[in-house]
Amino acid sequence: MRLRTIAHGRAGDKGRRVNLSVIAFDPADYERLAREVTAERVREHLAELIAGPVIRYELPHLAALNFVLERPAGGGVTETLALDPHGKSLSAALLDLEIP
Amino acid sequence: MRTSLRIGCGAGYSGDRIEPAVELAEQGRLDYLVFECLAERTIALAQLRKAHDPDAGYDPLLAERLRAVLPSCAANGVTIVTNMGAANPVAGAAMVRDVARELGLAGLPVAAITGDDVLDVVTGGGFAIDETGAPVESLGDALVSANAYIGASPIVDALGQGARVVVTGRAADPSLFVGPIRHAFGWNEDDWPLIGRATAVGHLLECAGQVTGGYFADPGRTDVAGLARLGFPIAEVAADGCAVVTKVPGTGGAVTIATCSEQLLYEIGDPAAYVTPDVVADFSGVRLALDVLNRVRVTGATGHPAPANLKVALGYRDGFIGEGQISYGGSGAAARARLAGTIVEERLRLVGVRPDAIRCDLIGIDALYGAARSSRHPEPYEVRLRVAARTRTRAEADRIGREVEALYTNGPYGGGGATASTREVLAIASTYVPRDRVTCRVLLEVA
Repeated sequence: MRLRTIAHGRAGDKGRRVNLSVIAFDPADYERLAREVTAERVREHLAELIAGPVIRYELPHLAALNFVLERPAGGGVTETLALDPHGKSLSAALLDLEIP
Repeated sequence: MRTSLRIGCGAGYSGDRIEPAVELAEQGRLDYLVFECLAERTIALAQLRKAHDPDAGYDPLLAERLRAVLPSCAANGVTIVTNMGAANPVAGAAMVRDVARELGLAGLPVAAITGDDVLDVVTGGGFAIDETGAPVESLGDALVSANAYIGASPIVDALGQGARVVVTGRAADPSLFVGPIRHAFGWNEDDWPLIGRATAVGHLLECAGQVTGGYFADPGRTDVAGLARLGFPIAEVAADGCAVVTKVPGTGGAVTIATCSEQLLYEIGDPAAYVTPDVVADFSGVRLALDVLNRVRVTGATGHPAPANLKVALGYRDGFIGEGQISYGGSGAAARARLAGTIVEERLRLVGVRPDAIRCDLIGIDALYGAARSSRHPEPYEVRLRVAARTRTRAEADRIGREVEALYTNGPYGGGGATASTREVLAIASTYVPRDRVTCRVLLEVA
């Protein structure tokens, strides 16, 4: 199934840095999120859209994960030529991740 | 000493809707109404306006917003705090007093807070640009603005002096909320756990509709009722800093654990270290609980000592972006759009335009996520070519849109709806300055 079936989230940006929250609709699914949606899987899934490592923060009280990543150089909001200069659409791409 | 207060957020960015703020002022039973209207680039643009006209540089919608809410705020005893002063809080406060007199509210105490403009401090100060390590001076004449993110303390001072409207420049977003909360409860600025809790409240509210169901609806999956009449948020804050997030009854949208979770983590790196001028807030232990419909209880935030240095947003001119778009439809649309893009690129080379960077997107196919991802999905029935390029001069940037428009009669079959635009790039970088290099002042005058 796709991650969006059991989770929602939002992208935020500060210059080239983007954070992507992934939050379980049902807190009972948090363990599954924590097990399946690793920093490595996120990095693979968004491979060509990001640069460098993905850092994952865990928020079990909120049944949430927070991923922090960087977009490629030239990708900051004020300078980029991209149609979505903030990287807001990265969240929807992440929620299409297939999970077992 | 009071035991609770009600604070609302009437705008989450400079162009935000005005009607929900009027609902808050009229029906929110508020003590404070905050308008957060500055983004990183907004203040740099405002500095450019001020450079043209010394009386400009505050938010362009300041007068319109205040005209809409001041009568109800005055009648209901609601104090306004806003960063709509942007690059010119003194002129912004003067405009608020003009509006107040016009509305028959002469005598209203209005404060401007100055001191965030640190252009003099950072030029010649040997400060390094955070992103590159180069000295700030290397930006030369391109540097147009340097504004420090200032905290809640000057807002607390202004409220203590009796201000009913406080107009700041680059106050940090959550500080606009921390100020009134600190003032109302008489908290010390170094009571870090309490300041951390107030910062959580500010962070939840600062984007206005983004916590009441805006940016959340996905039909069939996460539906939100009444989105057209989306109401803006209110926090009921207790004297221990715990809070309930809610909205005006009868407005559209929803306040749920899901909407609050998304907003709590919005633009957050390490949830245990959210750095503001007031505190290093720790949201890692935050708990959200639904009390009743549209009322979410927020507990568990804390905080650690404020950073020694303040972040400064540097705005600098960095060339131009020229852009053109044109649509193609029907069978073969994508192939024609791709051909059109290669024609524009070749023509730019032929006429000697050498952009620093150029990209051709097919909106509907690869503009958001690139070609690799979209190749796994079927092509749409219509696409829009977008050519965007960065250039050193405005004349070269204009050429991008002109070459796209020329595709009408000089390009592939069936192009329609061409548009062209050029804008100057105002780039943002950061530096950090010691706190004691930033001196804020409160200028209080009655209307």
